[in-house]
Amino acid sequence: MLEISGLAASVEGTPILRGIDLVVPSGEVHAIMGPNGSGKSTLSYVLAGREDYTVTAGSVRFDGADLLAMEPEMRAAAGVFLAFQAPVELPGVNNANFLRTALNAIRRARGEPELDAVQFLKLARAQSKALAMPEDMLKRNVNVGFSGGEKKRNEVLQMALLRPRLAILDETDSGLDIDALRIVADGVNALRRPEFSALVITHHQRLLERLVPDRVHVLAGGRILRSGGPELARELETRGYGAITAAAA
Amino acid sequence: MPAVAETLETVESLARSGYKFGFETTIDMDVAPKGLTEDTIRLISARKGEPAWLLDWRFAAFAAWRKMEEPRWARVHHTPIDYQDIHYYAAPKAKAGPASLDEVDPELLATYEKLGIPLKERAILAGVQGANVAVDAVFDSVSVATTFRATLAKSGVIFCPISEAVREHPDLVRQYLGTVVPVADNFFSALNSAVFTDGSFVYIPPGVRCPMELSTYFRINARNTGQFERTLIIADAGAQVSYLEGCTAPQRDENQLHAAVVELIALDDAKIKYSTVQNWYPGDAEGRGGIYNFVTKRGLCRGARSRISWTQVETGSAITWKYPSCVLEGDGSVGEFYSVAMTNHMQQADTGTKMIHIGRDTRSTIVSKGISAGKSDNTYRGLVRIGPRASGARNHTQCDSLLIGDRCGAHTVPYIESRNPSAKVEHEATTSKISEDQMFYCRARGLSQEDAVGLIVNGFCKEVLKELPMEFAVEAQKLLAVSLEGSVG
Repeated sequence: MLEISGLAASVEGTPILRGIDLVVPSGEVHAIMGPNGSGKSTLSYVLAGREDYTVTAGSVRFDGADLLAMEPEMRAAAGVFLAFQAPVELPGVNNANFLRTALNAIRRARGEPELDAVQFLKLARAQSKALAMPEDMLKRNVNVGFSGGEKKRNEVLQMALLRPRLAILDETDSGLDIDALRIVADGVNALRRPEFSALVITHHQRLLERLVPDRVHVLAGGRILRSGGPELARELETRGYGAITAAAA
Repeated sequence: MPAVAETLETVESLARSGYKFGFETTIDMDVAPKGLTEDTIRLISARKGEPAWLLDWRFAAFAAWRKMEEPRWARVHHTPIDYQDIHYYAAPKAKAGPASLDEVDPELLATYEKLGIPLKERAILAGVQGANVAVDAVFDSVSVATTFRATLAKSGVIFCPISEAVREHPDLVRQYLGTVVPVADNFFSALNSAVFTDGSFVYIPPGVRCPMELSTYFRINARNTGQFERTLIIADAGAQVSYLEGCTAPQRDENQLHAAVVELIALDDAKIKYSTVQNWYPGDAEGRGGIYNFVTKRGLCRGARSRISWTQVETGSAITWKYPSCVLEGDGSVGEFYSVAMTNHMQQADTGTKMIHIGRDTRSTIVSKGISAGKSDNTYRGLVRIGPRASGARNHTQCDSLLIGDRCGAHTVPYIESRNPSAKVEHEATTSKISEDQMFYCRARGLSQEDAVGLIVNGFCKEVLKELPMEFAVEAQKLLAVSLEGSVG
């Protein structure tokens, strides 16, 4: 369970988050929507532990532990996964090798035995197939020369392999065609279980049609202005953010 | 705190704790007095039981050296070296040379055991340890053991200490010694020619493919001692050999000099692959101590269609000054240079290659990967020279630099000289940094900072590492990760 209270953060001295209160209970999927520049990506980076984002107030607890005190890799080991909006290229680093190194680092931290190359490849191939990814993506260098859609699918593959307890998807649906969108939604749905929760940042209602959230929150100006059920997403789709941000002003 | 500042603090706070080979072996040594005179040379020559011609050869080199000055063109800085304050000969007290491995001082065997270099053939043959590699172990000024000589002799391969080759195979040595690197080639080669003590000699007869990897492991142990080894490898027509070289030294506050000369000769259709993993003690985080590594390595593709390939992974030494080169004399001969040079803390490396195209249709490939971290300086310096007869010559150079932090330097100094209009010379160079985005991406997937940098650096070097023989490639990968400890963020 994720509990965010009074969270404020700034980037290079500019305040972006201005007091966020949000609770995501285990087993739930919450969506965060909001206009550009509202702080959605900042929130995801702060939760994953990016260093140039300074937390100025508030706290974040993940299963009772102080998430903000943890290094990024400790958060990953604790089960936090961020699907990047812009996945990073690692030239010369084989994707399968990267994924195995990551999976084994996390398995080590959890006290589980590491997977050898054969065991890992079997698992990774099965997952790639389930996500309709071409098998050669495992052999290529991490995100190098990947199309936008391939990069996003590679994030979903990583998520499927690492099996996080909290997945943060930062606009993973942006720039995807309808088939790729279905893959992303199905990828998250496949992970749904009582001890899994997700924070899905999106601009679009269409992802939420397949990935039905338990709650929807509207983030604007660094604050959560409104929260509601899945119907809130549909309302935003027809009425836009204007009505909500105006009402809050 | 911004990540960059934190990185730099981490780099500074960490001494080079990763150097695992800094121990010293306590053993009775026979050491020449400090200083370099004709008497020193006489002493070395006498200890080795050398013939008169070689002593004269040494004297000629010494005379040339006295007229020469240290080269100043490299981008390296150091306090002046006092050549009279060095021991030029240090050897473990023992018989002239052990007749068999059973006679090797157990203390020495233990030292190589600790370094991961097995010298016990029987254990290796029984499959107990290590790969099937023949090893010549050079401890300070002498070779202490050479394994698998009997096995190699069956195929006519000669693999022995060069001091022994001088006695046992004088014609071969005399025919080739100094033909690739003339005594007065440069300051350090002249010094080496005057005082060289040991090193390996390899001769592969015509048409023979050497049945196992050959390897020399150099260890500097004695204090205030220079190591001046000399290696001579000859691949006769149609012969093939793969040779590996490894080096370590104890951790000490003072600098020590290492000035080696390596000569390779490939006759018609012969192939020589020479791989180095250089891990001399690099000095501490403040730049105290470490080896000054001034090395001349050159291969002569004398025969048609011959091929010489240099692969080096340079992670050690306070200063590295080294340009393994190929002289492509035979028509259709091929020269290759694959290099990873990594510097951290206060290390300085000025390294690269020379590809001298003389024959027709000669080809050369240069792939250089420089990684700088801490406050280190890393220079690639390379010459591609196409002579007037070298019609159809081709060169491709790829030169990449990776910077970690913002207080290190990477420099690329290519020299291209072409005297033949049909030649094709290509040079590509890139400089990049490990970005914070890359670090964060890896860490968000559960990788520690060290693992992340190791992964990125190994990816950066992949093209070169895949040229190393299997056993070495794995070692080299680990070494790169260890040498970068604490350099990241």
